Amino acid sequence: MKAVEKKIVIIGAGPAGLAAALRLYDRGERDIVLLEREREPGGILRQCIHDGFGLTRFGETLSGPEYAARFTERAVGLGLEIVTGATVIGLTSGRVVTAATREGLRVYRAQAVILAMGCRERTRGALSIPGRRPSGVFTAGVAQTYMNLKNTMVGREAVILGSGDIGMIMARRLTLEGAHVKAVFEIQPYPSGLPRNIEQCLNDYGIPLYLSHTVTQINGDSRLSSVVVSEVDVARRPIPGTEREIPCDTLILSVGLIPENELTRMAGVQIDPGTAGAVVDEHYQTSIPGIFSAGNVLHVHDLVDFVSLEAEALADSVLEFCSGSLRGCPIEVSGEGCGHVIPQTVSGKADVTVSFRPRRPMRGCIVSAVQDGKRIASKRLPRANPAEMERLSIPAAAFLSQSPIKVVLQDD
Amino acid sequence: MNRLFDLVIIGAGVIGSAIARELSRYRLKIGVLERGPDLLGGTSARNSGVLHAGFNNEPGSKMARFCVEGNRAFDRIAAELDVPYKRTGKLIVGFTADDYDRLLALKARGEQNGAPGFEMVGRERIRELAPAVEGEFALYSGSTGILSPFQYTLGLAENAAKNGAEFFFSHPVTEITRTKDSWLLAAGGEQFETRWVVNAAGLFADRISDMLGIPGYEIYPCRGEYFLLDPRLGPMLPLPAYPVPNYKTGGLGIHLTPTVDGNIMVGPSNEYIDGREDYAVTQKVMDLLIADGSRIFPHLKREFFIRNFSGIRPKLSGKKTGGYHDFVIERRDDLAPRAVNLVGIESPGLTAALPIAHEVIRLIREIEPLEQNPFFDPIRRRIPSFRDKTPEQQAELIRQNPDYGEIICRCETITKAEVLAALRSPLPARTLTGVKYRCRAMMGRCQGGYCQTRLADLLMAETGLSREELLYSREGSWLFTGEVHPQ
Repeated sequence: MKAVEKKIVIIGAGPAGLAAALRLYDRGERDIVLLEREREPGGILRQCIHDGFGLTRFGETLSGPEYAARFTERAVGLGLEIVTGATVIGLTSGRVVTAATREGLRVYRAQAVILAMGCRERTRGALSIPGRRPSGVFTAGVAQTYMNLKNTMVGREAVILGSGDIGMIMARRLTLEGAHVKAVFEIQPYPSGLPRNIEQCLNDYGIPLYLSHTVTQINGDSRLSSVVVSEVDVARRPIPGTEREIPCDTLILSVGLIPENELTRMAGVQIDPGTAGAVVDEHYQTSIPGIFSAGNVLHVHDLVDFVSLEAEALADSVLEFCSGSLRGCPIEVSGEGCGHVIPQTVSGKADVTVSFRPRRPMRGCIVSAVQDGKRIASKRLPRANPAEMERLSIPAAAFLSQSPIKVVLQDD
Repeated sequence: MNRLFDLVIIGAGVIGSAIARELSRYRLKIGVLERGPDLLGGTSARNSGVLHAGFNNEPGSKMARFCVEGNRAFDRIAAELDVPYKRTGKLIVGFTADDYDRLLALKARGEQNGAPGFEMVGRERIRELAPAVEGEFALYSGSTGILSPFQYTLGLAENAAKNGAEFFFSHPVTEITRTKDSWLLAAGGEQFETRWVVNAAGLFADRISDMLGIPGYEIYPCRGEYFLLDPRLGPMLPLPAYPVPNYKTGGLGIHLTPTVDGNIMVGPSNEYIDGREDYAVTQKVMDLLIADGSRIFPHLKREFFIRNFSGIRPKLSGKKTGGYHDFVIERRDDLAPRAVNLVGIESPGLTAALPIAHEVIRLIREIEPLEQNPFFDPIRRRIPSFRDKTPEQQAELIRQNPDYGEIICRCETITKAEVLAALRSPLPARTLTGVKYRCRAMMGRCQGGYCQTRLADLLMAETGLSREELLYSREGSWLFTGEVHPQ
């Protein structure tokens, strides 16, 4: 197949891909193409008709489509090349990108590839919830697509498993459209979504949230007829005797997001089992030179604003790469008391911000970067929450050596 | 008004479909009555998809004979019907001296049954054949293979339809009466009048048998649960790996089977249950599958689980007797003239489907000559699968049909052309899972997270069904209550 030479190919025209493309444009780069599998750019934001987006990035609160429009309208106005209806089906370590479109296969040979494919939802199958296989079990995002993009109502009596943000937002959405949402059940002893969503989506509508509870049985021969929920112990095992059956015709699953790294794997990029995204350095470059990754495909974010900011930072690195001047990143970064840390390697020669998620809710804690047994950067957090991503900046001057850095989150 | 047929087959599983296909070689007006809204709602879609060699069954039994014959005849039928299959061979691995003796006995029985290609192999050969499989030694069965049970059933049914058999879905048979020279069947609010009846009702074969006037059979539903694993693991298991079977339980033990589509299945368990349609998965069995499966394949991690499901064996041997009861394929002229009664068609029924169909024909021909259908066409073709092609071929497919350029299912790389083919086939998909079984969309690791809404759109557009009418799988499995905002 004949390949088109392209300086930068961006896979995915959602918030990450669009932000990267516009930043590249602003920095004078013109040889860019965005490949998008949907018919329009904007990614998952197109179906997020609730507001709450943009406070960090734009200083005002916008709906998902409005937030996306800030980027798409500008990109279209500037004439950026966005190929929609283009599903990338091939990516090689030599940065050859193959996309299927109705007009044929498009093959690009790129100097740099930006992975911005986003994430997908964890399913019932991945959780292995026991019971039958009736209709009426939807992941929250699928239910959201049906309701917000397809004008299709998915049920009347709903139970929500998982207190992820999309699940809570769908609890409100279903309620507003006349369905009866009976409760939200969360297996962990704390909510997995943002506090503001608990307030605005559940409490405001009188929808109860049960922590340390999970669905242990799905019933119904044809359509879902009921679920059985049980309390769980500290090891998340159902406690016998706590079962209760809740009649419902709809079960919405909001049980986690998984970065969609099929293409990343295809190219042979190293994956971090902790994030399920690529291992990256401070330039957001993966283990394969010239392949970069940012946004939810790298690690699942709490707010889209940070996706945009991360992608913009990535764009600066891509330009440096194209002009052949990226710093090496020999210093390894790992976490303690927090989940994964991004990036996994740094140069020690530039200011860098690492992001991470707390493993459990904490009050009055301190996060520090430790090198050679010494604390080289730290900050106090009045509270920390697994639902929210935290950041710590490490100034270039603070690095003592090229020894590994440990990001430690502990009670103050 | 009665619908008139020469022959009516009850049940459109792989057995009913094979009978319909083989009988469509003759000049007969054939009807097939299926209780479900589509093909593949039952046992035929819920099994290990193994082309068995025939060493598990009693020498001289129909099971043994038809299994060996079915295995031998499969290359040809697969070529005619475009069924994906592969002669992978199979390992039955053992660890103890007792296991070794039992494997030798299996080998002897297989040879007695006329199956070819057995060999006792050691650890090193196991490693060569399947590097990830654990075992001290194994019986290698060279003629065993894997096949797509979906495409086999579809191929038989579609080819039967092409050759004139008429399929009636959502037509459960509720009453059978015998007149002087014909049968009257009430099904789906209609009356069918036919000279011949063939009972291929699988899990409900005992009830149909009773309705025909042949009493005395009881089907004992026996559930098997499976895990389906991510195709990322697929390359680690090039051929099925089984433990030494325990015949008392009447199953083949928890085994690992690659699918023709690149997944691995773990299972099935073996549990007698009360409900014939209780397709549940249970925590207890899931834990057991992981524990047992890990003994021979130590890579079962949760991150690779895509889905679990269960199938139900229509067994004639109950919990107390256990083991296997031979296939019942009979004509009982004294009780039910011009009826062929099939009961207890369980494993290896998939492998044996074609010889079983030929046995049915033999029983019919014993009392009635059959005239060749000069228009019989044995060939059924699927449209090319996009993901199996080279980039050059893919480009050419898109050039010929732009729908090939639209990827609907991201995980399995299934295009709009293939989805539309499923919706426009001779027996088109009418439900969401019907689409899934035909073209594999929704079978991948996101389980329809990306494509389900697109499939629902295409399904409604092609069938004219409304949101409220759309079904997920079985009757009553509605998906939507309607529009959010009526337009």
